[in-house]
Amino acid sequence: MIKMKNHQKENINPESTGLLVDLEEDRSIRARLYYIWRLLWRDKAGLIGLIVFLIIIIAAISAPLLAPHDPLQQNLIASRQPPFWAEGGSFEHLLGTDNLGRDILSRIIYGARVSIMVGFLGVSIAFSLGMVIGLIAGYKGGRIENVIMTLSNMVLSLPYLVFVVFVAAILGRSLLNVILIFGFTNIPIFVRVTRGEVLRLREEGYIEAAMSIGQKTPAIIFKHIMPNLLGPLITLATFEMSAMIFYEAGLGFLGLSVPPTIPSWGNMLAEGRQYLTYFPWMSIYPGLAIVLTGFGINLFGDWLRDVLDPRMRRMKK
Amino acid sequence: MLLGVLFLVFFLLHLTGDPVTLMVSRHASPSEIAALRQELGFDRPILVQFWDYLTNALQGDFGHSFRYRQPAMNLVMERIPATIELASVALFMAILMGVTIGILGGSNPNSILDSLARGIGLLGQTIPTFWLGLILIIIFSVNLGWFPTYGRSTFELFGLNIPDKSIVLPAFALSLFTTGQLARFTRSAVLEVMNEEYVTTARSKGLRKIRIYSRYILKNSAIPMISIIGVQFSYLLSGSIYIETIFSWPGLGNLLAEAVSTRDFFLVQATAFFTSFVVIGLQLVTDLIYMLVDPRIRYR
Repeated sequence: MIKMKNHQKENINPESTGLLVDLEEDRSIRARLYYIWRLLWRDKAGLIGLIVFLIIIIAAISAPLLAPHDPLQQNLIASRQPPFWAEGGSFEHLLGTDNLGRDILSRIIYGARVSIMVGFLGVSIAFSLGMVIGLIAGYKGGRIENVIMTLSNMVLSLPYLVFVVFVAAILGRSLLNVILIFGFTNIPIFVRVTRGEVLRLREEGYIEAAMSIGQKTPAIIFKHIMPNLLGPLITLATFEMSAMIFYEAGLGFLGLSVPPTIPSWGNMLAEGRQYLTYFPWMSIYPGLAIVLTGFGINLFGDWLRDVLDPRMRRMKK
Repeated sequence: MLLGVLFLVFFLLHLTGDPVTLMVSRHASPSEIAALRQELGFDRPILVQFWDYLTNALQGDFGHSFRYRQPAMNLVMERIPATIELASVALFMAILMGVTIGILGGSNPNSILDSLARGIGLLGQTIPTFWLGLILIIIFSVNLGWFPTYGRSTFELFGLNIPDKSIVLPAFALSLFTTGQLARFTRSAVLEVMNEEYVTTARSKGLRKIRIYSRYILKNSAIPMISIIGVQFSYLLSGSIYIETIFSWPGLGNLLAEAVSTRDFFLVQATAFFTSFVVIGLQLVTDLIYMLVDPRIRYR
């Protein structure tokens, strides 16, 4: 009995879809990587974006190795030093020090951790839950779909920043709260995109074919729908990640993000604002880090969208 | 829809237990907390609370601000004009700059102007409003001394209080994101319309360039712009939280930020609700205008 089942499985999959046969051809990891590299090389903006993005991720991961100083160590004698090229600056503190003598460069490098962590984890929550809920809505339809879509449209129609500020004010300052806030408030966007794609995919011939040969619903979802969802969702995820990093910094600026003891770009801006007139470098460089990150992710995201979605590529030309 | 928003606000409010613990100081004794809880009615069954909250909210009563000892809605109403003023000036600036840049870029594709237009579009997306505000202050107020660093000052003209140059920096900082978006959309809309047959016809008839632009290209690319401007206005309203905090502009955003930091709970709630209300209202209005302008669109 068991043997027969296995046999059947093997028989149906490769031949009925006709896809696996193509896939077996030269699709080794090396060949794939080379192909991606060629696509990147053709679009220099995407390459620059990816490099900037990678630099920031590396900075976040290896912050203790890269940072010249302890980001929390105060040194009142060396406080309020300008960057090294300005008068009174030193090579000891490349981007100067803040009002408590903490090294700004080190704080920016450590701050990347908060931003990247909020971005990655927030997007992971929104991505996974949003995709599942969107799949249910799009595939099941009916009353469930109505309820889900009404709820997500409601959340989406709210002014996002006000909504997030409101929730953050209720929950209080902690890294976990910030991640959860961004993760959960972003679910509706992923739900909407997933559902739209599922509705479109369900009309495709190969899904109909899979249904008509009696494939089970889970098999159809995992094998035929999910792979096609990943492209648009990954593109959305990169843009949402850059948006989350922005909003996290914004919340930090308003004093609603991670506690002030953790170095983050938003917190640095909030502190720098008080000394804006006399020590402008305290707010200039953390802001530049945010701009650079947004710039990198957006360029990379544009490239991803073009590569993953050929329809967009044609529209652009 | 509005009921939904009310429910959401109420639900979030009770998500973390009750707001009383957030409102009192850390040194309050348990009996003080219990007393306040009873005074504000948080000890009643949750459905009763929701009903009360709902009926009060529909009558425009959103509770009292602790700090100002006034109905929260009154405070919100007081602050509205300054925000509307700021957002409108910013929107005007954004339309002026964004549409101009977009038309210039879109009508000369792949030229230097075009790259400039796309560059500004990207800049608008990647420069956070709150940082831009700070940089503008450093450059134009601290170093050049052209504009005041903060506050709103007005002069009187025909009995109206009109803000002077103190509005320039905040409005500009607020507008950049929208400028970038509008530049991008105008550019692609113009690009699309330029290739339409009626534009080619107009050209072959030998019509003057200005006429072609005003009668054919702009008019037809304006339709998608309306919905974008509607959406952007709500962005401007939320973005005013940052800008009004930086420039101490006495508007809604400033009120919200202040209420958050002083834990003035009902005030936060009233401000958040009001802003959502306006934004949702705007979406409806945009849809209606859209329908009026483009007769091809009819909603069932």
